Amino acid sequence: MPSNRFDTVQVGDELPTLQLAPVDRTMLALFAGASGDHNPIHIDIDVARRAGLPDVFAHGMLGMAWLARLITSWMPQSALRRLEVRFLGITHLGNAMQCSGRVIDKLDHEGERCVRVELQSTNQFGQRKIVGEALVALS
Amino acid sequence: MIEKKWIGHEFPACVLAIERGRLQFFAKAIGETRSVYTDPSAARAAGFPDLVVPPTFLFAVELDSGALDRVVAELQIPVAKLLHGEQSFTYHRPAYAGDTVTVRSTVTDIYEKKNGALEFVVKSSRALNQRDELVAEFRSVIVCRH
Repeated sequence: MPSNRFDTVQVGDELPTLQLAPVDRTMLALFAGASGDHNPIHIDIDVARRAGLPDVFAHGMLGMAWLARLITSWMPQSALRRLEVRFLGITHLGNAMQCSGRVIDKLDHEGERCVRVELQSTNQFGQRKIVGEALVALS
Repeated sequence: MIEKKWIGHEFPACVLAIERGRLQFFAKAIGETRSVYTDPSAARAAGFPDLVVPPTFLFAVELDSGALDRVVAELQIPVAKLLHGEQSFTYHRPAYAGDTVTVRSTVTDIYEKKNGALEFVVKSSRALNQRDELVAEFRSVIVCRH
């Protein structure tokens, strides 16, 4: 794990990217069970089709969990103060998401030295599906 | 049309006893393999009391209890038209396997865009542990597409 010293982290630093395998039905079934999100639109193609969709699609919170992994692979989870995302579009079956992040600001927040990290999750076609930001405390 | 009268509505509290097996299952589902999330003895060796609850796991509390389903039903939002628009978490203290977390949620805003073609419900939640300490606050924006 890299140093979490405030003076070694610079605005513009890129986090090591996290490349995920293409979304498949098994992933969605496991995430439905583990997350407690049993909405059938993510696991039952019949329900998805009745709703006018071509197929099931990934839970937004699965994509957010991957972005959280990006952050906690970079700095310890105990340093994470805030994580916020906006879901821009549906993550479809077969989408291989790449999570990336970049330090955009260094600031004092409630008496702690922190960095703001801009986050995004993009599929293999360059379509952004989730964008967000994390606030991480450094020592 | 989602009625504005729900703004300020507080939902019944939801309680989840966080079990190791559930956290191990969640780690598997999100592809997390690091030992503080999967191996209790490794977590203890790293200085934690037990498996670490990962950042987005607490969203499960209201799903497990069925509370989120009841919110959707009470507000008469058709499930098939539902999308998750935004989600944020603010962290105050860690949670571990063995903790019991209570989540209380309130509808804090309801608004529309595109002449009602899109309706938004904002739900704000607080998660406390078994010592009544604030673990996290979170906020969900749920979108209903007409």
